[in-house]
Order: sequence, then structure tokens, then C-alpha cells
Amino acid sequence: MISFQSVGFSYPGVGSGAGASRAAVLQDISFAIPAGGFRWLLGASGAGKTSLLRLLYLAARPSQGEAIILGTRLASTSRHERALLRRQIGVVFQDFRLLGYLSAFDNVALPLRLAGRPEGQIRADVVEMLRWVGLAERLETLPAMLSGGEQQRVAIARAVINRPRLILADEPTGNLDDAQAERLMQLLAELNRLGTSIVVASHNEALVARYPAPALRLEAGRLVADG
Amino acid sequence: MVRRRAAPRRAGLDELGLKRAFAQRLLPFLVAAMAFLAALAIAGMLAAASLARHWQEGAGASLTVEVPNPEAPATSDGLPRAAAVLATLKKTPGVIAARRLGETEIDALLRPWLGTTPAALGIAVPGVIALRLAPGMALGAADSAQLARLAAGIVIEDHGPWLARLSTLARSLEACAALALGVVGALAALVVAVATRAGLSARREALEIIHGLGASDGYIAARFAARTTLLAGLGGVYGALLALPVLVILADLAAPFAAGAISAGSPETIGAPATLLAGFLALPQSMWLALPALPVAAAAIGWLTTQSTVRQWLRSLP
Repeated sequence: MISFQSVGFSYPGVGSGAGASRAAVLQDISFAIPAGGFRWLLGASGAGKTSLLRLLYLAARPSQGEAIILGTRLASTSRHERALLRRQIGVVFQDFRLLGYLSAFDNVALPLRLAGRPEGQIRADVVEMLRWVGLAERLETLPAMLSGGEQQRVAIARAVINRPRLILADEPTGNLDDAQAERLMQLLAELNRLGTSIVVASHNEALVARYPAPALRLEAGRLVADG
Repeated sequence: MVRRRAAPRRAGLDELGLKRAFAQRLLPFLVAAMAFLAALAIAGMLAAASLARHWQEGAGASLTVEVPNPEAPATSDGLPRAAAVLATLKKTPGVIAARRLGETEIDALLRPWLGTTPAALGIAVPGVIALRLAPGMALGAADSAQLARLAAGIVIEDHGPWLARLSTLARSLEACAALALGVVGALAALVVAVATRAGLSARREALEIIHGLGASDGYIAARFAARTTLLAGLGGVYGALLALPVLVILADLAAPFAAGAISAGSPETIGAPATLLAGFLALPQSMWLALPALPVAAAAIGWLTTQSTVRQWLRSLP
């Protein structure tokens, strides 16, 4: 489960020490998502969606409040424990964040290798996943040689390859055509049905309408609706 | 949480793109320069230590006694003065060995100054007795007085004071060489740290991605350390190989002094194949042990420095 209690987040501002100014991005955020829950994350640009996602995938730590991710209280975790926790979270980024010097295969295989999966057991899963996203013929292709949509599909494959307990997606359909977006949402729905918690940030009202689910709505860094 | 053991990695996989790092390509050559300097510093240290030991154990414990009119009868008994002094010295505590130099030896010693033998010039030379004392021992005032009673006018030349200064000089040189070695090691660590930081900065985005996928600090540090250990080790090999001919030439130059025979080599023969081979063979055993240790030390410095630098840098990530 995921639980935020009065969580605030601010980026370091100008200056240092006690006199430093900090720009508050999120304030007094409280919500809970049960294991296997699905939430849309909605809000205008600058509302704090990306910052909230960063807290959820442990790319930042709350400035205030208490956060529990997948049952782990973040405040009491060691660096190594946070690394292990990240392996249980799949993230689909708006800008893909693929490693440009690795092939599509190696990008997708990376989470499995980091999780310690024996090399002999990796290939079949990665090939199957890339076949599922329609890239079976591009296994050894570098990201720069792929279109934006293809890169997004590699990023999706990488996010779900190790069956994470939590999937976070930041505008995941932004670079996909309708058919691919539909396939992605079906994949996320299927993973959710199998027990994976999912949070999807999106501007796409039509997409949200097609997949009705509870939503977290942010406005100016505050949570204004949960449900 | 269960800590899983890392699986064997696919051979040649470079998750962090470290093989493309420009700064790291320079690393072997920078480390090679450090290893070269380290080899010279070690050679200097070993040479200084050897000299100090030689002076302390050898010449440091020797002195000479000059007896004027060596064949005249001694004052206390009927023996010639030189023989009486020699007999007394042999019975003196602390004296390991005492012998009178023969006429040929004295002629050889004086020939450079006289140009011929003393006899040819009609110069009366004193009898010369060479003594070796046990370490830490010296002839006391009582011993000197006793010898003077046997043969008035004898001169005892104690090499101790200037040999002590030479020994101190050699120890100082040894300390300086050790300090230079330490400085070279520190510089090597600095070079590795700078190269690693450059690599980290150039790969920040990739590191953030891999960190976000769940790579532990140990995993990332190990990838970097494996790379820099290899490059620093290679640099150590290059540096040791580069230093070898220089050390052989130095050993060739030093061989006559080490052997104690000035005639063993001459400036004209320096660099000749035969003398280079002699220099090769003259390299002390400790140098043959130190040279292969250089790449190992460079690799160890590379590994330790990189591990520390990467782990410290990763602290900037959550």
C-alpha cells in the first residue's frame, strides 16, 4: 500500500543554511492507495504531478510529513533498502529516459540484471516483452534509431519487465498512436487486475474517460480531490 | 528485505557507458607517469637504504691506526712497534679483526698522490693497521693511551664521525625518496579521483536512470571501480616497463660502486649491450619485487579511490 500523511515537498532555493529560501511544490498531501489500486493523477501543468511522481518513485524525499511506499516507511529506510524498493517500482517517463548507448534489448533487460536475475533467464522474457510491444525485430537497435513511439514502447517494456508491485506513468500515451495507447492501457489494466498498483499522470481527458478510476487531482501543489 | 546476490553479468556489457569516457582513456597514461616516478623513487629509496647499510655495517665500523717507525722496537717489550700495537689491538675488546696492510697495498694507496712508490722517493711511510670493530663499539681513551705507551706518535683515524654524517645523509635520502613515493601515490589517487569525477559528471543522466531502476551504490561503484582498476593497473604496467630500461642504466652506472671496484666499468662502456646486461643482472632483488608490485599498487589505488569517490558522489542522489 501507499500512504502519504501531510507530505510536503520543496526544492532547494537560493542561498544556503537556515536562511535558504525553498520553493514549496507540494503542500499537505494526504492520500492512500491500497495494494492493487489504480489512480489517475490529474492536474494542470505545474500543479505538482511530476513532483508527486518523483516522491513515489523515490527520486526525491519528502520535506515534510510521512510517506509509506509499498508498506515501507521511507523515513526509516537505508540507501540499500531504498534501492531494493525502487526495483519493485516501474516507471514510464514522459521523456523515455532510455540509455542511448544500450540496445532496446539491453535497456529492457536492465531491471532484471539489477535485480540479480541470472543471465540465462533474461533473454526469453525480454524478447517476449519486446514482441508484445511490437519491437521483436528491433532488439539490437539503439534508441536513437527508433521513432519516438518506439522509444516509448521500449520504456514501457522496461517499466513492466520485472512485474513491479507499483507502476507509475507520466503521460505514457503522449507519443503513442491511438492503437498503441489502447494497448498500453490494456496492459496497465491487466497488470492492475493481477494486483499491481498503478498511478498514471495524464492530461488526456478522453483516455481518462475511457478508463474510469479514482483520481488524485492536484492544484497549485495541493490535493483537491481524492476519489 | 532479502538481499540477492548479483548475477553474473553478460560479458562486455557496459551499462554505464564507461568505455566511451574520454577522461578514463587518458587515465592509463597519467598513471603510467606516476608509476614511472614511483619506480624511480623506489630505486632511490633502495639505493639510499643500501648505502646506509653498507656504511653502517662496513666502513662505519672500521678505523685505521698509523704507526710511525713501525719496525723500531716498542717501548714496553722487544717487539717492533707495529707488531706490538697489532698484538695489543687483537686483544682489545670490541675489535673483530685487525691486520697490518702490506707494502704493496700501501704503495697502491699512495700511488695516485705520489705518482710512484714511497720507496722510490725515499719517503718513510708509517705502518698502517686496519681495524674492524663490532657494531656500536669504539676505541676508548684508555685503549688509545695504552697504544701510545707502546708506540709514541701513533695516529688513530676514526671514520666514525664523518661516516655517521654520511649515514644520516643516506637515511635522509631514503626518507625523501619514501616521501616522494608517498606524494606520487597521493597524486595517483588524485588523478583517479579527478578522472572518476569527470566520468560521473559526464554520465549523470545515465546514473540517475540506473539509480532510479534500483541500482545500489555498491553496484554503481563496482562498475566504475572495475573500469578504473583495469585502467590504473594497465598504467602501472606501462610505467613499470618504461622505468625498467632507466633502472637498468642506473644499475649499470652504480654497479662498480656496489662491487667496490672502480675499474669494473668506465664511462665509455655505459650503454653497451654487455654492460646493459650487467645492469639488468645488477638490479637488486627488491627492485625485481617492486616493479611487478607497481601495477598491483596502482590498481589498488584505483579501486579504493574510485569506490570512495563514487559512493561519496552518489550521496547527492536520494
